[in-house]
Amino acid sequence: MNFEYAAAPESRSVVKIDPVYGHFINGKWVTGTSHFNSINPATEEVLSSIALGTSADVDAAVKAARNAFDKSWSKLSGRERGKYLFRIARIMQERAREFAVLETLDNGKPIRESRDVDVPLSAAHFFYHAGWADKLEFAGVGTTTTPHGVVGQIIPWNFPLLMLAWKVAPALATGNTVVLKPAETTSLTALLFAQVCQQAGLPEGVVNIVTGDGSTGAAIVNHPGIDKIAFTGSTDVGKLIARAVSATNKSLTLELGGKGANIVFGDAAIDETVEGIVNGIFFNQGHVCCAGSRLILQENIADEVLEKLKRRMEKIRVGDPLDKNTDLGAINSAEQLAKIHELTAAGDTEGAARWSPNCALPDKGFWFAPTIFTGVTQAHRIAREEIFGPVLSVLTFRTPNEAIEKANNTPFGLSAGIWSEKGSNILWATQQLRAGVIWANTFNKFDPASPFGGYKESGWGREGGRHGLSAYLKGSAK
Amino acid sequence: MSGRLEVMKTYKLYINGAFPRTESGRSYEIKSHSGEFLANACLASRKDLRDAVVAARAAQPGWAKATAYNRGQIIYRIAEMLEGRADQFAQEISLQTGATAKESLQEVSEAVDLLVWYAGWSDKLPSLAGATNPVSGPFYNFTVPEALGVVGVIAPIEKPLFGFVAAIAPILVSGNTAIALASSSAPLSAISFAEVVATSDLPNGVLNILSGQQSELAPWFASHMDIDGLDISGLAVDQHGTIKEAGVENLKRISSFAQTAEPGRILAFMEAKTVWHPIGN
Amino acid sequence: MNFYGLVDGSDTSLRNYLKQLPGVDQVGADARAAMLATRSIKTTSKAWAIDTAISMVDLTTLEGADTPGKVQALCSKAFRPDPTNPEVPHVGAVCVYNDMVGIARQHLDSIGAKELPVAAVSTAFPSGRASMAVKLQDTEDAILAGAAEIDMVIDRGAFLSGRYIEVFEEIVAIREVCGNRAHLKVILETGELVTYDNVRKASYLAMLAGADFIKTSTGKVTPAATPPVVLVMLEAVRDFYDLTKVRIGVKPAGGIRTTKDAIKQLVLVNETAGPEWLDPSLFRIGASALLNDLLLQRMKMSDGYYASPNYVTID
Repeated sequence: MNFEYAAAPESRSVVKIDPVYGHFINGKWVTGTSHFNSINPATEEVLSSIALGTSADVDAAVKAARNAFDKSWSKLSGRERGKYLFRIARIMQERAREFAVLETLDNGKPIRESRDVDVPLSAAHFFYHAGWADKLEFAGVGTTTTPHGVVGQIIPWNFPLLMLAWKVAPALATGNTVVLKPAETTSLTALLFAQVCQQAGLPEGVVNIVTGDGSTGAAIVNHPGIDKIAFTGSTDVGKLIARAVSATNKSLTLELGGKGANIVFGDAAIDETVEGIVNGIFFNQGHVCCAGSRLILQENIADEVLEKLKRRMEKIRVGDPLDKNTDLGAINSAEQLAKIHELTAAGDTEGAARWSPNCALPDKGFWFAPTIFTGVTQAHRIAREEIFGPVLSVLTFRTPNEAIEKANNTPFGLSAGIWSEKGSNILWATQQLRAGVIWANTFNKFDPASPFGGYKESGWGREGGRHGLSAYLKGSAK
Repeated sequence: MSGRLEVMKTYKLYINGAFPRTESGRSYEIKSHSGEFLANACLASRKDLRDAVVAARAAQPGWAKATAYNRGQIIYRIAEMLEGRADQFAQEISLQTGATAKESLQEVSEAVDLLVWYAGWSDKLPSLAGATNPVSGPFYNFTVPEALGVVGVIAPIEKPLFGFVAAIAPILVSGNTAIALASSSAPLSAISFAEVVATSDLPNGVLNILSGQQSELAPWFASHMDIDGLDISGLAVDQHGTIKEAGVENLKRISSFAQTAEPGRILAFMEAKTVWHPIGN
Repeated sequence: MNFYGLVDGSDTSLRNYLKQLPGVDQVGADARAAMLATRSIKTTSKAWAIDTAISMVDLTTLEGADTPGKVQALCSKAFRPDPTNPEVPHVGAVCVYNDMVGIARQHLDSIGAKELPVAAVSTAFPSGRASMAVKLQDTEDAILAGAAEIDMVIDRGAFLSGRYIEVFEEIVAIREVCGNRAHLKVILETGELVTYDNVRKASYLAMLAGADFIKTSTGKVTPAATPPVVLVMLEAVRDFYDLTKVRIGVKPAGGIRTTKDAIKQLVLVNETAGPEWLDPSLFRIGASALLNDLLLQRMKMSDGYYASPNYVTID
């Protein structure tokens, strides 16, 4: 008896996408001078035409943000600022379905994830930070409660709306105004967010959205009117930005790449561990900075876990992101797909053993089957470099110390996972691991109250919780 | 006066999400500031208090187990609902206290904002009041604040709405449940507040509201062995000693507060739990 | 008895086997079950799922007030759930107290439902608190009266106090009484076992002792067949098949009232143990009110509008 799930597509009709968009500056829509296409990576259809922000556009946005900071936003009490953020949170909840469908169309991620993870977490970030706006003196992050002024924020394409929430919510709560550039391939939910700002009655110029590419981002980074930069993206670009601002007074926080180690001890709860491994690398197509992309298995259960993992991977449903039963969606762009192909080819060449379940991939769009490589060693490219796709590299260890050594042997330090039923072992491992976020017997859990950020080349600073607030206040230590 | 006769509101108690009359059948007159008859409020008895405590106790574990985010959202919704009824509450305040319309609306706005302020504490206070403690030894040691349980409130007399909100919001936000005794002479705001609560997704029994005489009921609040804490800010200072003494039997946590917006009001009705776990493999 | 070569029948052997089973992380199991509950089963797959669920129902009446009349009505409904529509499949079995088995069997035979089995609850259901002699007789009586399936309860008191070998030996003894005359379902009463670790242990214990089916609950205790509990049991039968090449069935019972609930169960089976288990020979749903909801949903799918309880029979 075969239980085939009939197509269960979420309707697109809830979303209205304009054929062309401008920038959102000073509370109004401003026409762009040139445009580029934004496509649906699952079908390659053109969704809309997005404005390419120029230095002049960035300049206008920064001026609007400065004006809003001086004239309105900094004049408001924390209590009143907070109420704007509560409004934004509520409106996002009200328009949740619209945001989820739009995010899936623009990014390629399954509707189940945008509906159940991205959108609710984004609203939650605004709700959480709204409550900080009038409590900064209690946040205990130093003696200052003064905002920087105008902050420039550049966000990636993997969680477009959520990354916007992670940036804008604390910035506004602490009294800053914002110039934000969404990623080139995923601007649409940011532009819908501009509508939410209007519906919430947010004073003009407090949030400005300038779309564009790397040149637009550079214009923001280099603009003298920006007091602080917050960037999430690749480590390479992060270093470029850090160099660019090193001689300035600009404050900078970075959220960069990772090569997270997911460590499985022999005494782990096996079935939940397999779920955690799958979630760790295949959630969001592996386009996750904190993905558990290196599975470090204790040798004494390696065979059992791998067999169960492969059997579980057979059940991963790859396909139309708008189908409510899809588990793995499209790769975000042709460029990213090429990178994944390059690195997995290196895995083959370097002698690791590749395995994927049989899954039919659609003809149009950008797709990659969920893949594991076994027989991986630390020296392999696929063990060192961030693939940012649904590809898991599997290594083994014999003793706990060896596991920690392998886990820490990387220039990255964003995340790690530990699977064990022994509490003291978990706590011991968390002590040894050099990672900013450690998940024990779970993975990819996020909450606005939980600080997130990396050690070493995974970045500077934290986002979320009390720790995340300090970046947006002047003179704080971190 | 126009030709139409108004339908007068019946002011009842609010227990376990329902609006019963007092089991004692008693009532007392509420007069306006200028001496006119306003309503017959229920004169709650110790048995009503007893029933409210049973409801509050039953509701407490579920309320404490709700996520902080969820509790914060519900308290924010109470603010939403109160905002929507600003005129109704302002009118009631003016009738009871003689305040001008402007002053009364001001009090309602302050009450709404105070609810919003407290709502924002639910998912933040543990990050501040909790800690990991650097003990000498291979142990992971952490302290978490936890809700106390069932808390009684003797609501203040001045500012019948704002004072009431200032008392109950900090109690509820951390996961406690409450029984509040409205101000004896001006109970209407507190009783009407039940309408706001009933439309806010607050689970039944989390907040219970009684109207009656402080002098009759305060001793019963104090002696009840299944009430864990008391806010006696609304009790005359010369009564504090007697009430505190009566509360000693089960070591109630009894406090009165001068400030309305203070995280200390939340912490006063919380416990601190410290946990040790070895680190090693 | 060989116990699949995995234990030797001794207390030590059994204890060691149960002890080495991997633990279940409760939060993780809850999360996996919750994720599977988001599967959207529509159109053709929903129609298939409804009919499959109907064919898997063990239509049940287990009340002190049961009478021959009630049991006969139940049997008629079990065989022809919708009198106006012969396309609707018959249910998987009828489940009654053992002193009603004869009545059920006779009635089913008289309406031409010879292939519909009668399942009897036995061994001092639901509490299991009686002497071994009584439990054995209980089982024998039911089989003699025509029960082709025996749903026994385990001794939860013995399990929770760690006397695993007693629980084991009881199942072995009842299994022997059944012989090849009846298949044996072992009710774990997961609501009383509480933890998922216990559910896993009890599942293996029952399978090793000879269960043909492991069943969640008596239906008299809540919680009963929650999705995470069924998930853990499906994992157990899946892994047991890997060890022994024998497929053991799973029966959730209690708390499955709506079509939505039933479909969630089928999804759990499909994505945990696998499609081989999507058959009444390996998966049953113990229920009573569920059948009517399945019929109402079936009507809506074929007619295109919402149905009313007036259009399904009460049994």
